[in-house]
Amino acid sequence: MQQIYLAIPLLPLLAAIVVGLFGKQLPRASAHVLTVLAVGVSFALSLYVLNEAMIAVPYNETIYSWLKSGNFSFEIGFLIDRLSAMMMVVVTFVSLMVHIYTIGYMKEDAGYARFFSYISLFTFAMLMLVMSNNFMQLFFGWEAVGLVSYLLIGFWYTRPTAIYANLKAFLVNRVGDFGFLLGIGLVLFHFGSLDYASVFLVAPQMADVQITLIGNTPWSLMTVTCILLFIGAMGKSAQVPLHVWLPDSMEGPTPISALIHAATMVTAGIFMVARMSPLFELSSTALSFVMIIGSITALFMGFLGVIQNDIKRVVAYSTLSQLGYMTVALGASAYSVAIFHLMTHAFFKALLFLGAGSVIMGMHHDQDIRNMGNLKKYMPVTWITSLIGSLALIGTPFLSGFYSKDSIIEAAQASTITGSSFAYFAVLVGVFVTAFYSFRMYFLVFHGAEKWRAVKHDDHDHYHGLAPTDDPHEPNWVIKLPLVLLAIPSVLIGYIAIEPMLYGDFFKGVIAVDSAAHPAMHELTHHWHTVFHSALGMALHSLMTLPFVLAASGVTLAWFFYMKRPDIPAKMQTKFSVINQILENKYGFDNFNERVFAAGSRFIGHKLWQIGDVTIIDGGMVNGTANLISKLSSVVRKLQTGLIYHYAFAMIIGVFFMLSFYTLKL
Amino acid sequence: MLNYFTQHLLSFAIWLPVFAGIIVLAVANDNKPDATRWLALLASAVSFLATIPLYTQFNFAEGGFQFQEGFRWIPAFNINYHLGVDGLAVPLILLTSFTTLIVIISAWEVIQKRVAQYMACFLIMSGLMIGVFSALDAILYYVFWEAMLIPMFLVIGIWGGPNRVYATVKFFLYTLLGSLLMLVAFIYLYLKTGSFEVVDYYKFAMPLDVQVLIFLAFFAAFAVKIPMWPVHTWLPDAHVEAPTGGSVVLAAIALKLGGYSFLRFAMPIAPDAAHHLSGYMIALSLIAIVYIAFVALVQKDMKKLIAYSSISHMGFVTLGFFIFNNLGLEGAIVQMVSHGFISAAMFLCVGVLYDRVHSRQIESYGGVANTMPAFAAFAVFFAMANTGLPGTSGFVGEFMVILGAIQTNFWYAFLASLTLIFGAAYTLWMVKRVFYGAVANEKVVVLKDLNKREFLILAVLAVMVLALGVYPQPLTDMTNATANQLLSTLAQSKLPVSLGL
Repeated sequence: MQQIYLAIPLLPLLAAIVVGLFGKQLPRASAHVLTVLAVGVSFALSLYVLNEAMIAVPYNETIYSWLKSGNFSFEIGFLIDRLSAMMMVVVTFVSLMVHIYTIGYMKEDAGYARFFSYISLFTFAMLMLVMSNNFMQLFFGWEAVGLVSYLLIGFWYTRPTAIYANLKAFLVNRVGDFGFLLGIGLVLFHFGSLDYASVFLVAPQMADVQITLIGNTPWSLMTVTCILLFIGAMGKSAQVPLHVWLPDSMEGPTPISALIHAATMVTAGIFMVARMSPLFELSSTALSFVMIIGSITALFMGFLGVIQNDIKRVVAYSTLSQLGYMTVALGASAYSVAIFHLMTHAFFKALLFLGAGSVIMGMHHDQDIRNMGNLKKYMPVTWITSLIGSLALIGTPFLSGFYSKDSIIEAAQASTITGSSFAYFAVLVGVFVTAFYSFRMYFLVFHGAEKWRAVKHDDHDHYHGLAPTDDPHEPNWVIKLPLVLLAIPSVLIGYIAIEPMLYGDFFKGVIAVDSAAHPAMHELTHHWHTVFHSALGMALHSLMTLPFVLAASGVTLAWFFYMKRPDIPAKMQTKFSVINQILENKYGFDNFNERVFAAGSRFIGHKLWQIGDVTIIDGGMVNGTANLISKLSSVVRKLQTGLIYHYAFAMIIGVFFMLSFYTLKL
Repeated sequence: MLNYFTQHLLSFAIWLPVFAGIIVLAVANDNKPDATRWLALLASAVSFLATIPLYTQFNFAEGGFQFQEGFRWIPAFNINYHLGVDGLAVPLILLTSFTTLIVIISAWEVIQKRVAQYMACFLIMSGLMIGVFSALDAILYYVFWEAMLIPMFLVIGIWGGPNRVYATVKFFLYTLLGSLLMLVAFIYLYLKTGSFEVVDYYKFAMPLDVQVLIFLAFFAAFAVKIPMWPVHTWLPDAHVEAPTGGSVVLAAIALKLGGYSFLRFAMPIAPDAAHHLSGYMIALSLIAIVYIAFVALVQKDMKKLIAYSSISHMGFVTLGFFIFNNLGLEGAIVQMVSHGFISAAMFLCVGVLYDRVHSRQIESYGGVANTMPAFAAFAVFFAMANTGLPGTSGFVGEFMVILGAIQTNFWYAFLASLTLIFGAAYTLWMVKRVFYGAVANEKVVVLKDLNKREFLILAVLAVMVLALGVYPQPLTDMTNATANQLLSTLAQSKLPVSLGL
């Protein structure tokens, strides 16, 4: 088995290296042949591994010893249980779809081989992350996916916006990683190991350990550790206030928006917290923190989706909001629900992004939804699959998103920790908002007037869009096939998987929940067995519940506003210009970061350099020394003119004399 | 002959490059610079190979000195030619001979003026620095320590930039003041013990106040070399004026002389003072990491930026020393080796650009990736290594030191970890402005991508950075025993036992 586990991440790595190093020498087609083959085999092997994991005991072995120091040893190893096996299947499947899609999407790009190399490298890094059996390797995968994300957001490196966005993404993620690394440090210090199994084994005994950080105030070790680890998740999974990088990451080519910034990498934080459930369960404070951050993200990022006009940015804000939902589930100790939503979301959000990419191709790289309309006539496959994706996203009964999202709402409702009532409110309102912006986009893109025919073309800017007389065309099968293959699980996976994943023993022994302290999951299970009984029952039952009404009214309102009375939203925009302004500014996070953190750091750097280094140290101490010597040698009275003695200089001279004194005396 | 070689590995490691340098000087003919280059390459390759047995024959279980050799040098003062290395010195010696090889190759077409002198300077300097790393006699060490400065002064003073005289004098003044105090300390120790043997000093008990003075005397010498804040300002100036090869050796090895010497002299000779003053040392290290990172952010000159980045990274080395645990100490050693590769590569990258455009200013560039894609790939890779990306060597040392620091005090680790953000900010912002974007000017338009020689040296360094990042254990296997022994030495108080009344 170990060879198979090794092959799964290493095949994409190998393909990435070959294509990356020799992409220019090899024929163009070899770039996609090699990488698709590698990821395809990885996917097939992952399926096999998932199948094995259903029956076998988890595999937890060291591959090699990375480093030993003192009593600590750091190892590279794999933990293959059902959680990692499921993640492997999701990652390799979406990656395979995106690889195939890329053949069409990047067909004419000069960086064809480079792109395939990057996405295969990403697949490797993501697999190392989910397959890890220790914190160190997790951190490796964590930062490696961040690296590839950086490279891919800046893939078109001549665009100023792209290279701004990738730097921003990397730095914001580093803020998260800063917390994450400190969390890992605390784990190693207090648990003596970074191996998951050993850490989780000792964890219950550490529940009451207190540490002092500031003064003598005691802090719960588990609370501090879990919040620090979660700060890492906030960076990677784009939770407020570290969410700012994700909308800008849309500067990258659309296939990677689907793979990295929707389906896989951004869910790494969710995966990590679920993996660490034995730790998070020990701190209700940390869980409250998680839940509140999640609900703020779910609600407020959804609002921003309403005013976006760039098709990818609408989907991006929807991703932020859905990541908030997953985080709320984590806070409610419904880890399996979070992972379940992670999985369904991976399918339908990848589908929505790839659908958006197809639309963008059809529109000749015009991304403004105000210039689209009636594409259903020209792009039927894209239309139907995007509709499926949107319906799944808003939680239409029987579709995958419904099962996972409704379970999150139930979990928030059943949770008893601080912040759960706000979370319940946030996820409920979020349902309406999600339905509204999703179908605003859907109607504007696929229905209504063919608005690109009326767009005025300005010869001076490099306008890419469709000419007024042109008709959009659906791209070829390499684009359509992934759409169809992603639409299938977007419809079915929820119905199939909810019972085993949430109420069966799929995650038994993997996810730990302290039902006494955090009863949400227990409640859900009870509810399932007494009321729903089955997936069918849950869907039928939902037709009379608040979330369904909210979703339906969101869709209806979108239809009314954008199909029937487009004058109303326009009027509202002017009437509520203050709110509109706040939303346009994205609540001011970007301005704040730019003005306070970025400009502030440059300011401090400048002052430290000019005052600290140049004036005091160089001016006072070094050149002051030279001046001192020259002046001493000329006129003694100049000593009284008040030279600037720097303390370091004084110290060196002082020590010199004292030492000389000692030497002579003794 | 072979037997003689294996019994005098260290002497060969030191004197082979020194004599090779003298031969290069002697036989060089300025009309045939290529012959000189090949001769220097051969010499540095043989010198590098001569240091390999130090690794292959190393006894990994032994924490003390190995490959010892020596004879009485100046019996009147009990000064001996005594060499020996442990798990701390061997990695740095290998780094030295390896870097010299890289520097010789990197200078191939770049240096057209006084080729022989240039090559000879680096060969001789290489031997002298290996001497610093292997001397176990204080005077022998001191001689190597001071002697290696001469070729460095020459390199900066002859092949340097327009402001080289200021930089050289500043470098000289800084180091001189510190070194003199170190000499005073050695003389004091000699008067007390009658020996210049380092191991004798380890055993010599001293009251705390004496230890503090001894420690501060060493500190003056080593802190300048590393350099620690606030005695760091010579480094950016020296780097800016130095030719590429000078910068590479300065960053990759010369700074490590200071770090190495802390562990060889200051700390084990005055362990109680080291503990006593550790708070100050940690404070200076953290200031270096954070303060210098801010300063690096606003640099307009690429070499200055990398120089400040070096100071910030060396802050991890001194932080690792003074938290007194395995992770910190070994992390500091790993960081020194890793920084040797990464800073060398970064300075070579600047050299590649400088050779073509003759500017080190960031604003002279923009969009270099368009015209030099292979070079940009290397540059981004090394930049990522500089930001401590896992999988590269830059991660290993920082990771270990941060994990070690958190065991001493959470806030040490907190401040040190800020480098994750600031290190990425200053490095990648530079990458963005130099490599990304549209082609900025006509000088960038005509840039030619790496030639085979440049590609080779960057590729070799990239392999080293990756290898050490993916599998650092061979390095820590070397340092484990030495670190354990050193830590137990440091844990034993050397204060004279008071007899009481």
